[in-house]
Amino acid sequence: MENWSLFSLCVLLGLTSRWAVSFHSYSGAGKPPMFGDYEAQRHWQEVTYNLPVHEWYFNTTNNDLNYWGLDYPPLTAYHSLVCAYVAKLLNPEWVELHASRGYESHSHKLFMRATVLFTDILIYIPAVLLYCFYFCDGSSKQKVATALCILLYPGLILIDYGHFQYNSVSLGLALWGILGLGLGWDLFGSLAFTLALNYKQMELYHSLPFFCYLLGKCIKQGLIGRGFFQLAKISLTVLVTFALCWMPFLSDPKQPLQVLHRLFPFGRGLFEDKVANTWCSLNVLIKIKTLLSRETQLFLSFALTLLFILPSSLKLLSKPNLWQFKLALVNSSLAFFLFSFQVHEKSILLAALPVCLVINEIPLIAIWFLLTSTFSMLPLLVKDGLLLPYVVTSLAFLFLSLYLLSALERSTEEELRLGLYRKLTRHWLPKLNLSRIIKWKFWFSLVAMAALSFTSVWLEPPAKFPDLFPVLVSILSFLHFLGFIIYFNLVQLMEPQRKKSQKKTN
Amino acid sequence: TVMAAPMTNDQSWFYALALGVSFLKCLLINAYHSTDFEVHRNWLALTHSLPVSQWYYEATSEWTLDYPPLFAWFEYGLSHIACFFDKEMLVVPNLNYASPATVLFQRLSVIVADVVFFYAVKECCKCLREDKGKDLLGKPSFILTVLLLWNFGLLIVDHIHFQYNGFLFGVLLLSIARHCQNRHFEGAFLFSVLLNLKHIYLYIAPAYGIYLLRCFCFTQSNADGSLQWRSFSVVRLVILGTIVLSTFAVSFGPFIALGQLPQVLSRLFPFKRGLCHAYWAPNIWALYNIADKAFSILGVKFRLLDINKLPKASMTGGLVQEFQHSVLPSVSPLATLVCTLLSILVNLPNSNIYTIFVILSLLQPALFKIWHRPNGARGFLRCLVICALGSFMFGWHVHEKAIMMAILPLSLLAVDSRKDAGIFLMLSVTSHYSLFPLLFTTQELPIKIFLMLLFTIFSLASLKTLFRKGGALLNPLEVTYLLGLIPLELICEFVYPLTVWQKTFPFLPLMLTSVYCALGVTYAFIRLYISLLTCSDTTKKTKMQ
Repeated sequence: MENWSLFSLCVLLGLTSRWAVSFHSYSGAGKPPMFGDYEAQRHWQEVTYNLPVHEWYFNTTNNDLNYWGLDYPPLTAYHSLVCAYVAKLLNPEWVELHASRGYESHSHKLFMRATVLFTDILIYIPAVLLYCFYFCDGSSKQKVATALCILLYPGLILIDYGHFQYNSVSLGLALWGILGLGLGWDLFGSLAFTLALNYKQMELYHSLPFFCYLLGKCIKQGLIGRGFFQLAKISLTVLVTFALCWMPFLSDPKQPLQVLHRLFPFGRGLFEDKVANTWCSLNVLIKIKTLLSRETQLFLSFALTLLFILPSSLKLLSKPNLWQFKLALVNSSLAFFLFSFQVHEKSILLAALPVCLVINEIPLIAIWFLLTSTFSMLPLLVKDGLLLPYVVTSLAFLFLSLYLLSALERSTEEELRLGLYRKLTRHWLPKLNLSRIIKWKFWFSLVAMAALSFTSVWLEPPAKFPDLFPVLVSILSFLHFLGFIIYFNLVQLMEPQRKKSQKKTN
Repeated sequence: TVMAAPMTNDQSWFYALALGVSFLKCLLINAYHSTDFEVHRNWLALTHSLPVSQWYYEATSEWTLDYPPLFAWFEYGLSHIACFFDKEMLVVPNLNYASPATVLFQRLSVIVADVVFFYAVKECCKCLREDKGKDLLGKPSFILTVLLLWNFGLLIVDHIHFQYNGFLFGVLLLSIARHCQNRHFEGAFLFSVLLNLKHIYLYIAPAYGIYLLRCFCFTQSNADGSLQWRSFSVVRLVILGTIVLSTFAVSFGPFIALGQLPQVLSRLFPFKRGLCHAYWAPNIWALYNIADKAFSILGVKFRLLDINKLPKASMTGGLVQEFQHSVLPSVSPLATLVCTLLSILVNLPNSNIYTIFVILSLLQPALFKIWHRPNGARGFLRCLVICALGSFMFGWHVHEKAIMMAILPLSLLAVDSRKDAGIFLMLSVTSHYSLFPLLFTTQELPIKIFLMLLFTIFSLASLKTLFRKGGALLNPLEVTYLLGLIPLELICEFVYPLTVWQKTFPFLPLMLTSVYCALGVTYAFIRLYISLLTCSDTTKKTKMQ
């Protein structure tokens, strides 16, 4: 069969599963007074449509910031505005000021789901296809298989089409940025990434690798001369893009400050709900949230995040190629997720995106990570009534990706990129079979996750610890993520000179 | 390459396909379901809570039991698992009961019952010749598996609309596979079981009857393929007869003993319905109806007909079941004429005789052909498809879903010869499109389009690869016709609802769809028929046997 038909089949499978997931419930369905993220997105449409720009981020009589006030950057607000215009056309009730608060109906759900599908088709899916087409090694079938696995990653589908958010926009734009850098179109790449950053501030998790990659490339070309010129062009692109995005807010200095204040709400504490990161897990043993002052918490999280990003960033700076770039993205976003301030459980999607990009190179570990990331959002998904799609999409992803990418067969030490590590440890542990150990760990962890999923749904927690299962889920996932960040750092830092990665360098 | 490793050595791709489609089905659990869902819930309830003697008399719900006894027993078996999910669904007066547990159970029962279908498909693949060393995506068995397991019609009718066709077609395909493997007793047994599960398969019974009699009861043929009368084996006929009769005895025996046979039969064959279903199935009667309508409009316009003398136009959105023809002879009166000739032969109520007569007379050459030049299992399969398609074309009160009876067996032929592949493409694309009105909810609109594209692109691309040599599978006219479905869909579901006519003539898109599809289905039928009558038997004989 020709490539085009294979690729279109793979896109159609992705679309079908996405739309099928969208039949299910969304966050806060029928739960007044606050509802959930679905209502937040609808409320933003209402606010942006009815209020002038300078009121969007301010608490006014018409804009109650305590009720899902805008806390994403301007591009999200513009996107809401565009959606609101369409909504107004279809049914004015959906975006009526004040009166539409908490509006829910079947046709409105359909409309909201359709907006997600639309942006997904427009931004994320083409980026994935192009990525696989240009940057996946192997036959065309291998490329298609990789594209299918990435498109069927359950975490993103469940959050966007179940819980309800527009992650495919910000992640899609970031992926366009990665594509741009990979293809050598640095200006296009930085433009796309700046847009991503202006859509969702969480894209900051990816920003340092982008910066280091571009800087490293310019240094290679010589900072006095062509490199400097290139750097100036890139900075100009970024600045102009930023200025354009923030244009309506630049008239009054109070405006951008208020927006920034809304974007980085340090007042909301170290973490919220149950997140599979260091602070939430540590909190079980030591009540850091109450023990330490806000400033100490801030400093501590900042320092630790920096500490974990630095090695991978420096390595990338010295060796700016695509493979290093992808690994640095994984390491940076994982470090942010694990150690930074105010992290949501959904932020793991930011780490999942670059892991998706290495799924063809390190299939077993990538699949393992992606499943764990979906599992880490289990309490949220159960609360949203998404248990069935969670189970189905996770199992489907597990079997399909293991099969299509032959993940279990492709897990020798060399293929797990642990060759160098093995050479170092051979001296002390001569009989260690890393490949087998990792496979056993993989199955063991899957069983543990399945068991915990099962118990947290079917068993009543003891009255003393009502949060027992969510805490267990987050601790288990945290331990996994800790392991993954160590593994990915090892892989990145110990990267030997290999022909394969050389080929992909631009 | 890496992909090749797990795919060539074994059958793992089969399990991947089966598992993949099962996951997709599970995602559709919360999709829209039609009244058929309530039909089957009601049957669960009545078989569970009433004695056997009441099954065919119970009429609390309007959806009375109208499948043969074995299917009732199947529901009875299911009901014993259902009580672990939700006992309330097993209470007969709980009409339209659809708690989440009920939905989950009923949907899962369809998904799990499809295991029979998976097994049957696997057996069918064994009957195909295999080219070794070929790329997986170009293997006939791989293509056949996708065409059957991922069949668009089955997916939307079973797993969205709600029915148990997958399981039933599993039995049918298994019986076909057994015949191909020369295990005729098993094949005959499976088919008689199938008849007792759903009697619509009576339409293809003639093919079975002729084939078994000709190819199995006559043990030898002459050198030129004609019949050798002396080779008739009475033993085989007796064994076959015993198998079939005992199956029917097990199924209908209890009801005969209870003296309920007339009641059961009256439930199975409710002849009070009209010629066409509310939504016209894309068959010859759709064309007949539209011709009638066109004549009456033209007649009124040119003052050849008096508008007051015409029967009240019954094109009221398909609400009326009986469609009275204005100009062309109404089918029922004509039927009475024919029926006087045939009523001795076939003891059925009047109005249906006509259609049955048409079907039989049309199938006669086909059956005659298979009798004279049996052409092995291939010929049998072709005859079976003709029977299914012929009854769809001319049958009385045909549902659009009945077309799957032709498409699924035709898939087997499609991967075997390029001529059949072309016919298959024409028939499957048009008739799958004609299933679109089954799902009329906006929520399911994207999913039916995605699934339809998925299946169509796959069948086009894979069959094209399979028959790479020898030019295009479809001629330009056929391609144009199929492409015409795209604007048709755009007009019917996107443009028309926005126009003012939506309120006054809401049925127009449905009519347009069924007439347009009827053209394609008729065309495919004619081509298939010609290919049956003209195919030279000796050359192609080798493959299926």
